[in-house]
Amino acid sequence: MASQHAFVLSVAHVSKRFGRVEAVCDVSFQIQKGELFGLIGPDGAGKTTLLRMIATVLLPDTGTIRLLEYDAVKDYREIRCRLGYMPGRFSLYPDLTVEENLTFYATVFGTTIEENYSLISSIYKHLEPFKDRLARNLSGGMKQKLALCCALIHRPDFLILDEPTTGVDPVSRKEFWETLSQLVQHGITVLVSTPYMDEANLCHRVALMQNGKMMIIDQPSNIIASFPKPLVRITHGDAYSLYKDLQEYIHTDSVHVFGHEVHYTDKQQQPDLVSLRKFLDIKGYASASIEMITPSVEDCFMHYMGKSKMQA
Amino acid sequence: MNHDREHIIEVTNLTKKFGSFTAVNNISFYVYKGEIFGFLGANGAGKTTAMRILCGLLTPTSGKVLIGGEDVLLNPEKHKQSIGYMSQKFSLYEDLTVYENIRFFGGIYGLTKKEINHRAQELMKRLDLLDSSNTLISNLPLGWKQKLAFSVAILHHPKIVFLDEPTGGVDPVTRRQFWNLIYEAAEKGITVFVTTHYMDEAEYCNRISIMAEGSIAEMDTPSKLKEKYQAKNMNEVFLKVATKQ
Repeated sequence: MASQHAFVLSVAHVSKRFGRVEAVCDVSFQIQKGELFGLIGPDGAGKTTLLRMIATVLLPDTGTIRLLEYDAVKDYREIRCRLGYMPGRFSLYPDLTVEENLTFYATVFGTTIEENYSLISSIYKHLEPFKDRLARNLSGGMKQKLALCCALIHRPDFLILDEPTTGVDPVSRKEFWETLSQLVQHGITVLVSTPYMDEANLCHRVALMQNGKMMIIDQPSNIIASFPKPLVRITHGDAYSLYKDLQEYIHTDSVHVFGHEVHYTDKQQQPDLVSLRKFLDIKGYASASIEMITPSVEDCFMHYMGKSKMQA
Repeated sequence: MNHDREHIIEVTNLTKKFGSFTAVNNISFYVYKGEIFGFLGANGAGKTTAMRILCGLLTPTSGKVLIGGEDVLLNPEKHKQSIGYMSQKFSLYEDLTVYENIRFFGGIYGLTKKEINHRAQELMKRLDLLDSSNTLISNLPLGWKQKLAFSVAILHHPKIVFLDEPTGGVDPVTRRQFWNLIYEAAEKGITVFVTTHYMDEAEYCNRISIMAEGSIAEMDTPSKLKEKYQAKNMNEVFLKVATKQ
């Protein structure tokens, strides 16, 4: 049975439309057992719609989804027993305590907290001092931890997380990703969505999504390698003025501000750094430094966004 | 930095308690006129509480807030007319059109009918929304909504605009376009007070503060903070400051 390509999820030509809006548009991809797969894209890209169809809570208009060897439409009962799903919005009962919420989810899945405690212990130990507190009175970070415990309490084989780190500060985000990689070590396959481009690097493979379509699906390192041109970083104290001036430069192909830096690609395949330097000197940026750098996933995302706009 | 510059915000010994919990613990700081000031901190550090007090929406337990030299507590209603506010969660009415939203907020901010009409045309032209003036907000893409929400928040030419995570969930290109609008507002002399979880955006600010457990743990220019913490970028600074506690 177990072949080399043990796909636990196969999505084939799935589309979903809401009135005039095509939320998900002919999406196909597969996930192997034990993968940490990221859906990366802004609000409105179609991430939640796609995840809801995979989680068997929304029917696709067209296409097929097979999850854990079951059909997502026909065999939704079997799937739900083996699937953990943490929706983007708060999925807990605000008028139950921490412990009551967890007991409730355990009971629904015919198990107990004790039976699967080992899987959640590293997360739940932060919550245990507050187990009698109502869920509505928890801080954002604690709610998120409790929601994750509830999604895991039946020891699912496949875990879907819809934007678990949105609006979460960088420290809590880092902790959350550490937790996710521990779950993968426990043998759980994880499908997670996020609007934060930098989190792509923490996944085995990612899909960059925009306007209901997957622009590219690959390992983060391959996506970075696919960036078509050498990328130049120009650092100067006044990045915003530099950006505005570079938009007027005749050789500019693309220019984007990244914090105190500007990322630049040239119309020519090899950028002419001598001319660029000259332009910067004339415009009053003599102190700017110029380096060739490896693109980030965010650079790639903006490149593919521009490309799909041109095709449209 | 010129220290003779006018302080548009001056916060002195500000404290806010909810029951036995101290959300904001005796903070003092100032913001220069025309500055882009980044207000950062972990979830639950007290940012939103402090921001609500600055907007006149919440009364502090103790301390003083001067905005443009005037005490916010003495006349919160007058204060609210001289500021702008936008957040990701609440910005525009989804079931009103683009023009209706502009007219509504213009009215709230006390603009005359003539002023509203004039500024609405100018605003829609600048954002390329003239053809969409009768479009319901719910039918606009998120990026456009956010840009419109910001422009509406400064429709009455406030002295200062408060932005609470304005770019959450927005695609990377639109996020940068949004910051261009912020720069344009700052160039016109509007002070910008902004919170964000995107640490690259912290670099766009003239100065930032980082709150932790109700106190201000750090406050300086991004470049000075990076130097102090020997960090490559603001993300590293943030992680170092926030885990120092």
